[in-house]
Amino acid sequence: MLKNRIIPCLDVKNGRVVKGINFVDLKDAGDPVEQAKIYSDGGADEICFLDITASNENRDTIYDVVERTSKKCFVPLTVGGGVRSIDDINKLLNCGADKVSINTAAVENPKVVLNSSKKFGSQCIVVAIDAKKNGDKWEIFTHGGRNNSGLDALEYAKKMEDNGAGELLVTSMDRDGTQIGYDVDLMSKIASKVNIPLIASGGVGNLDHLVDGIKLGNASAVLAASIFHYGKHSVKEAKEYLDSKGIPVRI
Amino acid sequence: MKVTIVDYNSGNISSVINSFEEVAKDKVNIEVTADLNKIKSSDKVVLPGQGSFKSCLDALNNINGLIDTLSEFAITNKKPLLGICVGLQMFADIGYEETETKGLGWISGKVAKIDNQNGRYKLPHIGWNQIRIVKDSKIFHNIQNDTHMYFVHSYEFIPKDKKVISATTDYSSNIVCSVEKENIFGTQFHPEKSDKMGLKIIDNFINL
Repeated sequence: MLKNRIIPCLDVKNGRVVKGINFVDLKDAGDPVEQAKIYSDGGADEICFLDITASNENRDTIYDVVERTSKKCFVPLTVGGGVRSIDDINKLLNCGADKVSINTAAVENPKVVLNSSKKFGSQCIVVAIDAKKNGDKWEIFTHGGRNNSGLDALEYAKKMEDNGAGELLVTSMDRDGTQIGYDVDLMSKIASKVNIPLIASGGVGNLDHLVDGIKLGNASAVLAASIFHYGKHSVKEAKEYLDSKGIPVRI
Repeated sequence: MKVTIVDYNSGNISSVINSFEEVAKDKVNIEVTADLNKIKSSDKVVLPGQGSFKSCLDALNNINGLIDTLSEFAITNKKPLLGICVGLQMFADIGYEETETKGLGWISGKVAKIDNQNGRYKLPHIGWNQIRIVKDSKIFHNIQNDTHMYFVHSYEFIPKDKKVISATTDYSSNIVCSVEKENIFGTQFHPEKSDKMGLKIIDNFINL
């Protein structure tokens, strides 16, 4: 039986973890590689890096991070943030990323998704959708949630599937950072619209939210950042909790 | 001992390289190349594959003499070869991804799209699923039945002779996820991304 996945996400800026696990025995708490290794040793089904480096001159730092991580972690590694072109994707994959998530570039130029999935295969192309509720629908935002594209999230999700996306990483901008739970309404509507797996993101504050993302949001995988930071919950605890709620996980 | 990972421009093979280097440490020499002489002089060969059945076969065909060299290695000389994901699928006679494409024909059978039961199951089949070991395979030494492995694929290999099947996995249907025919091994899942148990399979192959 296929298991639901738990994906811890690390925000990386200039090659350093912005938030992170605050364990005393860490040699370097800011090193993404060490943190990723803790997650994978703890049973994370995949690891996600979100590169939030703002300045162009430091953009190359992520390549070194990915390269070092992929030599230590033998679970799938997804990297997103600032991925603009086929060339960016190629570089990340060559450094050892298994999947690349594309956000703003996919909205501005859907051909990037079409061309990259043809070139590298759908299995490594994740389209990241940042959506915000407006009345009775959701609209797609870009540039880290700053710009409203006006596009309808459900139609856009379908279009990305048609363009060859292998998975959708859906973040509710209303919930992101709030810790009040996923927007399961948004998740389940997109999940029923497409036939590719959906990764739910944005708003997790406790372990019940992970359960909701799968049971109510119909997500195949749940991504969370802050609940795994500072040791609030370990990935192992999260999996045991999901298991106790009858959700199939890899333990 | 020399193990060669065939680099034929089939997409991203860095994870395969990293995992073999992790297992091999300094004991085994891991080469990454499409050089025909280097393949011929190898003890073992790994055939990865990402993207579509057609794109991988096109990429193999694009390198002059590569398919003949691999056939000589695996079929004539019967040296150990491991196909991973589309690398396994290419053993088939024929594949139906994108368009009908002739495979290597090393293990008779076809590669067809997984039946998603009218959308009841998501495709690709992505994530961790358990393998049911149906026959003793040398690469499953010290691997327990129902071990989780990482999958990502939309097409499945359907061999004619069921005796080559060494493991299956349950999704929308019972999917062949590992084969062994004499010296030829293949996994539909990705041992290089399947954590410690995946590395164990790689170790088993290296130590054949």
